[in-house]
Amino acid sequence: MALKTERIAEQLELFGCIQCGKCTGGCPVARKTVLNIRSMIYHMLVEPELDAVFFKAHQELWDCTCCFTCVERCPKDVRPADLIIELRGQMVESGRIPETIGAALMGVFRQGNPTGIAREDRAAWTNGVNGVNGCGRAKVKVKAAQEGCEVLYFVGCSPAYDPRVQVVTRALVRAFAAAGLDFGTLGTEESCCGNEVRRMGEVGLFEMLVEENGELFRGVGASRLVTTSPHCFNTFKNEYGLDGIEVLHYTQLVAELIEQGQLEFSAPPLPPPAAGGGGGGGGVEKMVTYHDPCFLGKQNHIFDEPRAILKAIPGVKLVEMDRSRERSLCCEGGGGRMWAEGTNLEERLAFQRVHEAAETGAEILAVACPFCLLTLEDAVKVQGLDDRLQVMDIMELVDLALTKHGLGELTDQIPG
Amino acid sequence: MPGVWTMKRTKPSALIIGGGIAGIQAALDIADAGFTAYLVEREPSVGGRMAQLDKTFPTLDCSSCILTPKMVDVGRHPNIELMTYSEVVSIEEAGMETCSTTTNSHTPIPSHSHTPIPSHSHTPIPSHSHTSFRVRVRKKPRYVDLDKCTGCGLCAEACRMKGRVVSHFDEGIAKRSAIYVPFPQAVPLKYTVDPEACLFLTRGKCGKTFLCKDACSAGAIDFEQQEEFVDLDVGAIIVATGFDLIDPRTKPEFGYGIYPEVMTGAEFERLSSASGPTMGKIVVGSGRGTLPNGGEVNGKEPKDVVFIKCVGSRDPHTGVPYCSRVCCMYTAKHAHLVRDKIPDARITVFYMDVRAFGKGYEEFYDRVRHEQVIYRRGEPAEIYRRGDKLVVLAEDTLLGKPIEVEADLVVLATAIVPRADVSEVAELLGLERSPDGFFQEAHPKLRPVDTRMDGVFLAGCCQGPKDIPDTVAQAKAAAASAMGVLAGVGSKE
Repeated sequence: MALKTERIAEQLELFGCIQCGKCTGGCPVARKTVLNIRSMIYHMLVEPELDAVFFKAHQELWDCTCCFTCVERCPKDVRPADLIIELRGQMVESGRIPETIGAALMGVFRQGNPTGIAREDRAAWTNGVNGVNGCGRAKVKVKAAQEGCEVLYFVGCSPAYDPRVQVVTRALVRAFAAAGLDFGTLGTEESCCGNEVRRMGEVGLFEMLVEENGELFRGVGASRLVTTSPHCFNTFKNEYGLDGIEVLHYTQLVAELIEQGQLEFSAPPLPPPAAGGGGGGGGVEKMVTYHDPCFLGKQNHIFDEPRAILKAIPGVKLVEMDRSRERSLCCEGGGGRMWAEGTNLEERLAFQRVHEAAETGAEILAVACPFCLLTLEDAVKVQGLDDRLQVMDIMELVDLALTKHGLGELTDQIPG
Repeated sequence: MPGVWTMKRTKPSALIIGGGIAGIQAALDIADAGFTAYLVEREPSVGGRMAQLDKTFPTLDCSSCILTPKMVDVGRHPNIELMTYSEVVSIEEAGMETCSTTTNSHTPIPSHSHTPIPSHSHTPIPSHSHTSFRVRVRKKPRYVDLDKCTGCGLCAEACRMKGRVVSHFDEGIAKRSAIYVPFPQAVPLKYTVDPEACLFLTRGKCGKTFLCKDACSAGAIDFEQQEEFVDLDVGAIIVATGFDLIDPRTKPEFGYGIYPEVMTGAEFERLSSASGPTMGKIVVGSGRGTLPNGGEVNGKEPKDVVFIKCVGSRDPHTGVPYCSRVCCMYTAKHAHLVRDKIPDARITVFYMDVRAFGKGYEEFYDRVRHEQVIYRRGEPAEIYRRGDKLVVLAEDTLLGKPIEVEADLVVLATAIVPRADVSEVAELLGLERSPDGFFQEAHPKLRPVDTRMDGVFLAGCCQGPKDIPDTVAQAKAAAASAMGVLAGVGSKE
């Protein structure tokens, strides 16, 4: 099978490319593998067709994390990463895909999540909601959105199933409850958002998810939809066409709740915990740096809300890494890379990133994305920085500040 | 408080708005021909952008050396009324009968006409039908009596704000006093009180006594001075309002404003200029003041210098789809200046294309490459810090691989953009703007300095980015066109 390039070049408007190289120059993956999207675009413009040999020779197409740095910076508004997604689509269609990618796609198709864990277990994370540190507050009830609610909370796959990310999910609903928010979830009816499915090239499955999830969302009738993950947020906001529903990432909603005074941190300061790394006072006496997730920062320009939350937490001292905001370094967890290693296993961008975080002197590397949480936490361990640096989601810090429990107690609940 | 009103009745005369090289040249040509030229400049001195430049490409003439004589001529020409620190506030077509638009003087010569046409036939406007303009100019208060000030500078030496006010002329890389001349060759060489920086004008109090007034033996400083309005009747107007440069923060990947070692080409001009704050020494973290982006003063000479072209230009993504036309050549000039002043520097120019289209330009580009300036093809993607160096990240598209180039100094060739107040000026004059935002000429090929408004002409970068030779040529064309109109007005009287 040979792929005619002209149709793709036309469809993606690649003719506007001036081969300036800004895409490949800024591509975080190009620094460690042979992926060269600028050259790939040139192929599309000058080669009449691409054959099976081409695709076999270019396994690095699976290296792209879809961070979209190239799309953000292209002076000519070419969307280089879209070509990668398109070529992956060709590979999906002809079955030339890495085994682990195939398994992830199959998991989404069968169980509504890329890990393939049973759909029935999707709401299991709610079991621990009141068990960790509900002290001093009313019991948190996670309502079924189908009963009607103002805010539909879309949990997402990793936040629902991954034991490490479940901690974040529970922290988020506790904060929602503390703020008196009328929210609900879709429980076991929720399916994968499809953001990574689309980026792995499985367009048909993505369209199915858009249809199913979209129908569910509209059925609930909530005016706002909030997500744990920037990845879900991105596709709902930019690709679902959810007219009339305001799509928010949790950092936007929580920053708003804080600003409006609905979410208040305990004051006066509470006594320090008996043991553990927590400082004195009701807050979090820690130096914190924040890693901008690509799908939240670069792609959707949400830079300030996460920082506003961190600054509002009593005791937090926020320090910035050299590469922050638009220059944040991708953690390599997006675009299907959670399920495919890529062609260079040794050098991980997350390794570099945690060293950059440690250099700031921060004790906590705060994140706002489940994938960043997992990749960076792993990197901290592999790089032997775990005695200096702890990776935490912003919501875990909020949760800490909202309870009188110290850091030690909460970390006990973090599996692994 | 109402100002003083003066009526000017001299005719025929032209108004030139903007005292950069375009306005200066147009005013001189009009004045030399015997007409009156009112040259209105917003800043305290004429000179504009060209006065800020160090050398000019490709001849490496010192910019102020070739400009200053023209500035001086403007200042003392009997037919030029120089109105610095002044702004046009209103313009109305006045006094004349209705102009017939079908028979105006700018109708192109019919293409079928091969025989020389007597000048009468293509200046068909009967003199009585021409429209002239009543222009109101606001002369801002300098708080200094121009007739008394000798330009000695003792006031600036004495000023409490000395060394604390950002110098716009020096692109923020130096600081001055609240009473100032923008640069030593200023015309007129008269001091001006900066109303946004002067302690007395902002807070109503400056210690127990005015240090500037005490220092001025001529008694020129006058805080009672009021703004003044002047009405002018003119037969033609030349718009020469110049350009702005894009804020490099619109390209956050380059870290301007974060790294003091990242500067704009305009800042580099002041750094490299012998009359600039470092007296021409290229140092990072100028010893004479803090960098605009808050950089530390360390005065280190850079050894690795990187130039990045097309910062904002050719970039529909940032709203500047056009080429800024001068950056290729001034970057080549900057690279030459670095080689000249730091012989052992490693100099890299990142480019997408090199556009060296003018007379002597390709030859200059050749010369600079022979001076061991390395041109690498690729538009850099990002700048970040590694230790005490910056790292410029790019793909060398000729190698086909991503590269990192270390730098002590990075110079960004930022895009030329329309003036921030371009829409207000367009409204004031009834001018149209082209899609790029600059003023629209009447015809892109055949009427390049005319506008849709009879009697209003364009010169210089307000019409679009251009270099000094093109600007001067256009200014002379605008002056010639304006004089055609003035000759008509004159013949009527």
